[in-house]
Amino acid sequence: MSEITLKINGQDHQLDISPETPLLWALRDHLEMVGTKYGCGVGLCGSCTVLVDGEPLRSCTTPAAGLVGTEITTIEGFHPEGGHPVQRAWNDEDVAQCGYCQGGQILSAAALLAKNPDPDDKAINDAMAGNICRCGTYPRIRKAVKLASEYMAEGDES
Amino acid sequence: MKPTSRSDVSRDQTDLARDDSKSRTQPTGLSRRAFLQISLAASGALLVGVVRPGALAADAHGGEVWKPNLYVRIAPDGTVTIVSKNPEAGQGVKTAFPMVVAEHLEVDWKDVRIEQAPLDDRYGRQAIGGSRGTPDGWDDLRIAGAGALLVLKNAAAAEWGVPVAECSAENGTIHHKASGKSAAYKDLLSTAAGLPAPDVSELKLKERPEEFRLLGKFVPGVDNPKIIHGRPLFGCDVRKEGMLYAQYVKCPSAGGRVRKANVDVVARRPGITHAFVVEGTGDLNGLLPGVAIVGKTWWDVNAARDQLKVEWETVQSDSSEQYAKAAERMAAEDGETQRHDGDVEKALAAAEKVVSASYHYPFVAHCNMEPQVATALFHESGKLDMWAPNQNPRGARRLIAETLGISPDDIHIELERIGGGFGRRLRHDYMVEAAWIARVVKRPVQLQWTREDDMSSSFARPGAWHHFRAGIDGDGRMSAFDHHFVTFGNGGNTVSGAGLSPNHYPAGLVPNFRLRQSMVECNIRTGPWRSPGHSAYCWVYQGFFDEVALAAEKDPLEFRLDLLSRSYGEPPIDLERSAATLRKAAEAAGWGRDPGPNRGLGLAFHFDHGSFVSHVAQVAADGNRIRVEKFWSGIDCGPVINLSGAMNQVEGAIVDALSTAQLELTFDGGAIEQSNFHDYMLATIDQAPEVECHFIQSEHPPMGMGEPPIAPATPAMTNAIFAATGVRIREQPWRKSGIVV
Repeated sequence: MSEITLKINGQDHQLDISPETPLLWALRDHLEMVGTKYGCGVGLCGSCTVLVDGEPLRSCTTPAAGLVGTEITTIEGFHPEGGHPVQRAWNDEDVAQCGYCQGGQILSAAALLAKNPDPDDKAINDAMAGNICRCGTYPRIRKAVKLASEYMAEGDES
Repeated sequence: MKPTSRSDVSRDQTDLARDDSKSRTQPTGLSRRAFLQISLAASGALLVGVVRPGALAADAHGGEVWKPNLYVRIAPDGTVTIVSKNPEAGQGVKTAFPMVVAEHLEVDWKDVRIEQAPLDDRYGRQAIGGSRGTPDGWDDLRIAGAGALLVLKNAAAAEWGVPVAECSAENGTIHHKASGKSAAYKDLLSTAAGLPAPDVSELKLKERPEEFRLLGKFVPGVDNPKIIHGRPLFGCDVRKEGMLYAQYVKCPSAGGRVRKANVDVVARRPGITHAFVVEGTGDLNGLLPGVAIVGKTWWDVNAARDQLKVEWETVQSDSSEQYAKAAERMAAEDGETQRHDGDVEKALAAAEKVVSASYHYPFVAHCNMEPQVATALFHESGKLDMWAPNQNPRGARRLIAETLGISPDDIHIELERIGGGFGRRLRHDYMVEAAWIARVVKRPVQLQWTREDDMSSSFARPGAWHHFRAGIDGDGRMSAFDHHFVTFGNGGNTVSGAGLSPNHYPAGLVPNFRLRQSMVECNIRTGPWRSPGHSAYCWVYQGFFDEVALAAEKDPLEFRLDLLSRSYGEPPIDLERSAATLRKAAEAAGWGRDPGPNRGLGLAFHFDHGSFVSHVAQVAADGNRIRVEKFWSGIDCGPVINLSGAMNQVEGAIVDALSTAQLELTFDGGAIEQSNFHDYMLATIDQAPEVECHFIQSEHPPMGMGEPPIAPATPAMTNAIFAATGVRIREQPWRKSGIVV
């Protein structure tokens, strides 16, 4: 076991964990931050996506100990008041069916829009193809990313 | 020892998913057996409930008490709370049901709160499956809303001394136009509680879209705020004081027993509190033998599991190879005739042309995004609390009570939001495992399966082989249809999810029809998978219809409309409603147009679980690589309740069909060979087509949409692939026919 400090959603958290513990389980079991979801454990489905220094990362295969000194953002820390254009668009297009994968989808979409504020279908498909949705909400994800892009263009950068 | 037959359990479970929808396509008169009950809570809230005498075991909790099977609560601050009794799996019931109540209660949607009910006998049926939520709930939900409204109107009329007929309601307020008086609902609660409950026959219930104010609109899901903020909502989000985490290791070959396991070694690993062998019951649907590992975090358990060594004693060794060999042998046999109209052999001999083809689809998994999970706490008193995502919690309670030898009355189950259902969570294996482990560890424990556990423990949709021969007469019509269905069985019955109704179309649509059935012996676990059966059968029928149409030199749309224009004996489906959805989809897609180079259009109709759906798909091909560009869907599910939910089911079902057509589970030594997304990869966003929905809003009661859109989606695509490439797909996954997406 080793003591590490992780900066998650702007706050420092002390953890006493084994060095190989993935960030996903550090979040879920040690910190009881359960918004980040387990889907496959091998980095293939994207349910466990978090942002590390703004980049999407699979938390199920990344040891937490390797993330010391980074800024980690989880879905519960990503604009908790819900004002972010991506979150608003996700609600307004009513993207979710079961909703299990959607935290990861939202963070991947936010990372895309931060780099490309007006993505076309191809750019959306390329950026989001690592996030599986078993319910098949993909047509709505594309619409919601475009709506979020519109909200951002309207100056809603909250 | 062979595992026990699955038949007794699957009866209960497949009943839920059973397609008894034919009887439900006719408008059912409002059931007036319900009555209203009014009560004032200590908080000052008015409770208006719908009671159905004879509903499931209302007396189980004793006494003549407040026990409606559905109710509305209006708080002194004006907030309206509606209990959502069914589990939510993404099918949208938690939003759609309260919408029906709000519509009839004349309150603003933003003033309505939703509460998820636990499993409770007073609510009656609390299972989801068979797309039955909407048709089953429609009357009671309307009665609850309209009943509460009439109670409030009666209260206003009594306070003001005016006839109730002169009172109107809007947006949470009762008005009396002549006197100019008005009162908010919240100011009428105590008066209302003192009045007799109105008779259900006095209620005005809305039927048609023209009357709706809220229904039919695009309403975002009530759980969206939690979903977009990652707040606790799902079964795996449950956290309890002192909770431990568990995995349960079972034999890869379903039903295998533990001969020897090094649980002592595992128990000494860091963070591990318990490691023990569970003998199990021998019921393939229940508690299988295995090894439980329990620890302080799930990752501790996962790491310790790497050290586990188990010697298994397998009880069956089914393999895909054996299945294929047996199926090939059976294809040459006659099979058992299930239905024979006219004389098929004679008609085939007399036909102008005979078309033959064989279709095959494999086993597939449900593969819920959320691997199975359940949390349990076994109290010293002998009572069990559970928090779990399940489609049929009452069945879970029964299995757990039987397995643990405790009373169902001592089991309380909270219904967590389900991270994908699709029929997998009609089973309760993970719940009984969690309950068993909880009784041993005497602390709250969360059993979280790995993805590999989830794949390995699939209740697969069975595969099958369909051998068709069709005769075409001089008018280009199908005069004979011979179908040899080679499916899977055990102990003389088809296994769960492997049965085909002898009355399925084209029975009744051709003068000479025969269905023959053979069964390949199957010892692995199978189960209902979204629209059980239909998602598979529709593909083979509607794919073959295109082959027959081609041979008959008829347009696929014209051929189908002609097929639906007459019946021989009782029609298997409502022909007019089916044809109307076909016309709708075809018109929207511009059927008959040239879709452009290397592009093709394909169509299919289907009916299951109460709703009629036809799709047209457009496919573009680049060599053997295809892209599904767009779908146009014609849908008759009666009036739409939540436009967002209904459309979402159509869009999602199409993606599900595209995904599933590319997948297969294979078996060796009784074990499933696929284990995770690397070898069972679902469709991703880049494959998903655009979808355009066209709802007919027919004069029929509303029906569910969780299942009906999936079945016709697969053949619409394969027929479009043929139009684009000339490749007729008769085998899934598609790559076996040389087509990749």
